[in-house]
Amino acid sequence: MVEPKENLSISCPLPQAGNAAASQRVQMTHGAGGSATQKLLDDIIRPAFDNAYLAQQQDGAILEPSAQRLALTTDSFVVQPLFFPGGDIGKLAVIGTVNDLAMCAATPWVLTCALIIEEGFSMAMLQDIVHSMAQTAKECGVVIASGDIKVVEKGKGDGVFINTSGVGRIAEGVSSVPGNICPGASILINGDVGRHGMAILSQREGLQFANPIISDCQNLAGLVASLIAEDIQLQCLRDITRGGLATNLHELCTAAQVSMHIAEEAIPVNDDVNGACEIFGIDPLYVACEGRLVVIVPPHEETRALQIMQAHAAGPAPVCIGHVVPAQPGPQLILRSRIGTERLLEPVSGEPLPRIC
Amino acid sequence: MRYLSEYRNATAVQQLARAIEQLVTRPWVLMEVCGGQTHAIVKYGLDTLLPNTVELIHGPGCPVCVTPVEIIDKAIAIAKTPATILCTFGDMLRVPGSFGSLMQARSEGGNVHIVYSPLDALEVALKHPEQEVVSLAVGFETTAPAHAMLVYQARQQEIENFSILLSHFLVPPAMQAILRDSDNRVQGFLAAGHVCTVMGYEQYLPIAEEFHVPIVVTGFEPVDILQGVYMCLLQLEQGRSEVENQYLRVVKKVGNSTARDLIAQVFAPTDSAWRGVGEIAASGLMLRPAYQRYAAQQRFGEVEKTSEKKGECIDGDILRGLKKPAECANFGTACTPDHPLGAPMVSSEGACAAYYRYRQ
Repeated sequence: MVEPKENLSISCPLPQAGNAAASQRVQMTHGAGGSATQKLLDDIIRPAFDNAYLAQQQDGAILEPSAQRLALTTDSFVVQPLFFPGGDIGKLAVIGTVNDLAMCAATPWVLTCALIIEEGFSMAMLQDIVHSMAQTAKECGVVIASGDIKVVEKGKGDGVFINTSGVGRIAEGVSSVPGNICPGASILINGDVGRHGMAILSQREGLQFANPIISDCQNLAGLVASLIAEDIQLQCLRDITRGGLATNLHELCTAAQVSMHIAEEAIPVNDDVNGACEIFGIDPLYVACEGRLVVIVPPHEETRALQIMQAHAAGPAPVCIGHVVPAQPGPQLILRSRIGTERLLEPVSGEPLPRIC
Repeated sequence: MRYLSEYRNATAVQQLARAIEQLVTRPWVLMEVCGGQTHAIVKYGLDTLLPNTVELIHGPGCPVCVTPVEIIDKAIAIAKTPATILCTFGDMLRVPGSFGSLMQARSEGGNVHIVYSPLDALEVALKHPEQEVVSLAVGFETTAPAHAMLVYQARQQEIENFSILLSHFLVPPAMQAILRDSDNRVQGFLAAGHVCTVMGYEQYLPIAEEFHVPIVVTGFEPVDILQGVYMCLLQLEQGRSEVENQYLRVVKKVGNSTARDLIAQVFAPTDSAWRGVGEIAASGLMLRPAYQRYAAQQRFGEVEKTSEKKGECIDGDILRGLKKPAECANFGTACTPDHPLGAPMVSSEGACAAYYRYRQ
């Protein structure tokens, strides 16, 4: 259950002064489809998302035909706490789906948004979350074209859950599916790993650091667009979310039937994240990010791809962490440790960090 | 990171590996007692840096692994009791009991709350005065002070909707049991650094003397472990059997006297059955009479002895170091971390989980 936190300070646009929402709470009638639902839409949702699709007041958005191939994805967000250093569930709900589209080498186009809200949830917090979604969508260049609101009884939800689906357009001749991965390819990442998961866990467990760990939650679509614009021969893209770097690379090994050799020394991990991981006994290679991706390119493209990533705001510290090798005997992810020994990295097991996105 | 990166330094590791190679003149068998050390050894491949003549076998120091099946069964029964919250560390969730695990119990409506610190259970109890809150307290001397503090605080704060399901074990009696076993192959021990942080290492002096085994209190990083191995092998090569302390930066001879006093105030030693190993005299902890009313057994009935089914898990052989995980026919096939047949595959300190995670 979420405790009301009206005094929470966040970076997204705050509701206008004097707004009656500050003392109001979501009631069952707000999800019933009647006048209360309309009022909620008129007061909070439509002003924030404001676009031509919503203005039509249709049950769905009618999209113009596209000459390009389309990518379609969906994701649900159940993160707890709802507000964390570096973001909130609203920002995450937009970024998560935008990044999934970007990993398909698509330019994100339109999103849908479904809110499942617990009865009694603070209207002011809802407004903050919706504003955060709107702000993030604007930054990502997508519109939230259709949506839905449901309310569940108190105790039957946990504040708010969000689902977003998205459609993006893929440029001619570009493909980023795991099947493209070939032995010899270079494995690049755009920065240090493990921030998002540790930001959430530290907040949840009340762990204080001199410098709080900030989630890396960020839009990756622009970075991917730069690589495509510069004609980098992409083999595969994958955002490093649940299960962390190790689990995501292992999935690619299995999907592409290849092995990968990566070097522990090459994988950047921020000192505070490392410290938090030591305290919780968690391997940073298994901790989720929300603004990091794996870019797999042929070896002759490695240097150019790293330069393009470095020049982009979302990829300031790109590195090559290893290479793809043939699967012998089966697909394996092999880590060369700092002390020169080798070990296998298996996919994450169990639920070490539940509800981080 | 100070006190960490220097103990993972590649040059220091290689120097120690070379020194060990030059030192050893004949085969030796060492046991690292603690599951945390087992994981570090397998994770960093430290055994692969040793000469073939030096064998490391993995000891019983995995709290999740040695927790008796009847404690798991009792915890599940408590979690399924109405108006009750069972608080536990996360790695107990998937440990198989006689009929399912706590994770299954939770999916069937049991109220299981994961805590990262034992004292969190008191907060849960204060927050839910209408519920009975039970802390499943498993572990060794390492977690004993925190669990002692939990019971001590419950009494100080007069929190009456709280009780503890205690399953705590002591390491030195287990080392003696291993050495007395007719199948024993252990010639030297790396003692568990964290246990000694609390208890010190005076208790090991009579063991080293009686059984003529060197015991080296050892830390958990690659340099710690290889240095501990070197110190232990040096004693063996020189025919000495003393207690030495590699983990000087943390462990004092007398341990942490505040923690020891608290343990002694709340708990008393008792005979205890280790899962897969059996009963060992004075190897467990029980609540002293002044704290008895916080025993979960007082509120939920005694823990009934479960006739431990001889299942497919060879945990007894694994925990006594008689077999390596890969020698089990079910390892990595019928038994994996997602479908464990026994506790050593579940725990973050279990030997089977370590081999599966890093070597399989």
